[in-house]
This record gives sequence, C-alpha cells and structure tokens, in this order.
Amino acid sequence: MVNTQLARANSSTLSERMSLSLAEMSLAQLRRKKMKEACTGYLYLLPSITILICFWFFPAFYAFVISFYRWDFMNPVKTFVGLGNYVSLVTSAEFWRVMLNTVYYMFGSIPTAMFLALILALALNERIKFLAFFRASIFAPVISCIIAMSAVWLWMYDPVNGLLNYLLQLVGGRPMQWLSDTQTAMPALIIMDIWKHTGYDMIIYLAGIQSIPESYYEASKIDGAGRWHRFRYITWPLLAPTTLFILIISVIRRFQVFSMVHTMTQGGPAGATDVIVYYLYEKAFQDFQMGYAFSISYILFIVILAATLIQWKVGAKRVHYAR
Amino acid sequence: MYVFLGLGSAIALFPIYWMVLTALKPIDEIFIYPPTFLPSRLAFENFVEAWTSAPFGRYFINSIIITGLTTASHVAIACLTAYAFVALRFPGRDVIFLAFLGTMMIPSVVTLVPTFVLIKKLNWIDTYRGLVIPHMVSVFGIFLLRQFFLTIPKDYEDAARIDGCGRFGILWRMYIPLAKPAIAALAIFSFYHVWNEFFWPLVITSIDEMRTLSVGLRYFIDESAVDWELVMAGATMVVGPVLLAFFVAQRQFVRGITMTGLKA
Repeated sequence: MVNTQLARANSSTLSERMSLSLAEMSLAQLRRKKMKEACTGYLYLLPSITILICFWFFPAFYAFVISFYRWDFMNPVKTFVGLGNYVSLVTSAEFWRVMLNTVYYMFGSIPTAMFLALILALALNERIKFLAFFRASIFAPVISCIIAMSAVWLWMYDPVNGLLNYLLQLVGGRPMQWLSDTQTAMPALIIMDIWKHTGYDMIIYLAGIQSIPESYYEASKIDGAGRWHRFRYITWPLLAPTTLFILIISVIRRFQVFSMVHTMTQGGPAGATDVIVYYLYEKAFQDFQMGYAFSISYILFIVILAATLIQWKVGAKRVHYAR
Repeated sequence: MYVFLGLGSAIALFPIYWMVLTALKPIDEIFIYPPTFLPSRLAFENFVEAWTSAPFGRYFINSIIITGLTTASHVAIACLTAYAFVALRFPGRDVIFLAFLGTMMIPSVVTLVPTFVLIKKLNWIDTYRGLVIPHMVSVFGIFLLRQFFLTIPKDYEDAARIDGCGRFGILWRMYIPLAKPAIAALAIFSFYHVWNEFFWPLVITSIDEMRTLSVGLRYFIDESAVDWELVMAGATMVVGPVLLAFFVAQRQFVRGITMTGLKA
C-alpha cells in the first residue's frame, strides 16, 4: 500500500499535479501512521519480550558467566576458575557414566517405541471399527501424569508382591529384582518409557500417513503392488520427514528424562540409572554446586544441539533422496 | 489387525486399570497370592484415607490455579505476540522473531537452574508468582498461532481497517475467532503440560501448602511407602480428572496434539 502511494506521489504527471499537495499531506500522514503501527507492534510484544528477557535470556546468560566460577550456593563467594568446571566435568568418570546411561536409555527406548508406533499407526489407518477407542487407549498413557504412572510401575515392579513377577512365574520365568538390580533397573525404566511414549509417536505417524494422497495408492493398486510393496515404496519413503521429526524430538526428550528417575530409582541402584539431568539436579539442588551445575547445563545444551544438527543434516539428505 | 490393536490397547490401559483396581481393593486383598483382578468389594475408604493423610485438596487448588493462570497467559500472550509478528510492521521485527525461535532450541533444563537462582533472589520461593510468572510465555504457542494467522488473507484486515476497526478490534473480532482451532489446540496442549509439570514446582516449592498435585503425589509415595492401596488411591485422584477429560474430548485432544506435534 505504501509503495503504490509513493509511486503515485513520485509520478506527478500534469493531471496529477493538482493533487500533489494532497499526496504530500498523505505522505506525512503515512509516516505518522507507520510510527503508530510500530508503537502498537512494540506494545503488543511487550509482555512476551519482558518475560523472555527476565526468565530466559538473562538466566541463560547469567548461567553462562557463572559456569566459569566456582560457586557454592550457600556461600556468597564466587571464585573465577576459567574453564575449570568444564575441565573437571569432562575429565570426571561420573560424568561419562551418566552420559553413557543416558545414551543407553535412548537407544533402548527410541527405536522400539518408534517401531511399535509405526505399526500401530498403520493398523489404525485401515478402515476399522472402534478406531477412536483404540487410538484413545493407546494415547492415554501419554497424557497421564508421569509421577502417578511411575507409582503404578513401581508397584508392578515390586520384587515380592508385584504383578510382573507373578506374571513371569505364570509363564515359567524366574522372579526378578527389577529396579533393585543394577542389571535390570535400566531395562525396567526403558520398558516403562516405551509404554508411556509410544502413543505420542503413533499419533504423529498417523497424521503423517493420513497426509499421503490416496491417489498414490490407487495408482500402485492398478500396478498390482501388494501391501508390503505399497509400504516399502510409497508409505515409508513419504513418511521420511515424519520419521526424522519424531527421531529428533525423541532424542531431545529422552536426553531430559528426569521425573521417572526421581520417582522410581533416584539414580540407583549403585548409579545404574543415574542420567544426565538427574545428575544436574543432584549437583544443583542437593550439593548446591551452582557453577558446576551451570557447566553441566551448557554441556547438555551443546550435546543436544549437536545431536539435533547431526540428525537434521544426515536425515535431510536421506529425506531428500527418498523423495 | 483387531487382535493386534486390541493387544496394544490392553497393554496401554492395563497399568491404569491396575492402579484403579489396587486403589479400590480392601487392604487384605492387596498382597494375596495369586493376585485377584477384581475386588471382592469396592473399598472407597482407601480414597478417604489418602485424601486425609495428605493435603490433596490443597494440591488440587494449587494445580488448578497454576494451570489456569499459565494456560490463560500462554493463549493471551501468544495471540498478542503472533498478531504483532503477522500483521504489524516495525523495525527489528524479523530479528526479534528469530530470537524468539532461538529460545525453542534451548532445552528448558538449561535455564531451569539459573531461573531458580533468580527466583530465590527475588524471594519468590513458595509463591504462585514464582510458580507461574517464569512460564507465562509459550514461544511454541506464539509460533503455532503465527503460522495460523499467516493463512488469514490480508484483505480481511484492510477491509476492517477501512471500516474503522482498530488494531485490537481486528485481533479480537477477526483473528481470534478465525484461529479458534489453533487456540483450542494450544490451550489443550498447555493445560496438560502445565498440569503434569514436575521439575519446576519440585524445586520452587519447599512447603507442603504450595505443592502441586504431581509434587504432592511424589512426596506422598515416599511417605506411604508400601501402603500401595493408598499410593494408588492418590495416583488415581491425580490422573482421574485428566483421563476423564481426555476420554470425553479425545477428538479435540488428538487434533490438538497433531497440530502441536511440531513442538521441538
């Protein structure tokens, strides 16, 4: 709108010369209008900007600065240690142990959850009865409070009276110690994670499948392609962006697993389920080593960012190739 | 197909069933072998005992206040901000938008500890202010509504301007009604996320009266140790309302999740 009016004002032909003064006036008016629009814009942004600066940018910056200091929360003295926190972090065996645990957790849960989610989504995409019921049931764990669900699994994993050991014995297995055994504690958490999150992946997969045009399938049916071929050469390649998306957010989320660990194992037994965010929690809120905790935060940030970028780079090529 | 989906649904629902079942079992049926899958009678006294042995009423009120305020402000602020990004022109708009998007790249646990330090300095520990204000903005919500607002033709706005409608009038009477599905999706998404949030209320509360349902339940699990019928009654009270709301409005929920699925 502004451009056309300006153009009109510039191209003052004879016939338009009469209205030139009018155009000049409207130019001044326009400037005032633009000013007003800008003010309105800033005004509308004010609440979000204020909150983000106070509670996002400032804390993030503050944490970055303090991560170069040794600072015990109970003691006001901060000592500059340069990269000291980072060095002692990456050279500590503890850090690598919790990182390894976190990676174990991710590799245990993500592929299985995604595989199950894909099969369930494919099944739900067929024209079946009770679709809404099946979909809602499988999704129910996702919206249920993680603490309440951790309580249920804690009860089911109970080595003496728990349901799972009863079921195991029913099929002739030996009862297990589950969360109290260093060998089985992490797998137990992984099983619960898969139970809790498969529904989410399924919903996203279902949306992806439903966005594939029906005509692709019709064409392939005419060509006589079977179910497997249709999946292999149409559904799976066209779902590549969905798969990549689920993979990326799964990694971001699993990196931050906390509530389950806090409720079910507190990192034990013998540190077998100590994951990176729980480690951060212990350092910050039990040992009050804030400088050290901030350096963990930043390492975590860098690791998640790098993981996301790598998946995105590698994945984007594959996705492109598939198309 | 049906067998497979039936099995999936059964596995997904079973722990929830087991929770409700344990909560309703008379105390002497909890530890019997083999376990029973239906109670001999419905033992509602478990709920009464759980309700009175921890201030669950208070937790409920806290959760409702915090979730209500946070969700309302997510929606209100996202509407204002998204509208400014879409319909208004001002210097630095795109840079500011990029900065907003940048915050989505940082996982929330990174800023959690420093924000805690700030809240401590402000003396906001154990206050609703401390629980709500740092989380009043959902950048993801702004992004979602912006994407939706972008699909509204610019002509509508110009027509409304010519009719003498002010900026806020346009946002209120035109953008918001047109974006209802996206706003509903955002509200549902914010609601269950804030309701289930655990880490922040855990570190920001130290007294029982300020705890939310999830944090209250967490401490209740420790206190009631092996009284599983009480723990399960508590868990049922926490999950029940959300599950009921979900099964009643599951279509809206699912649409909301699908629409908000791009959250990173």
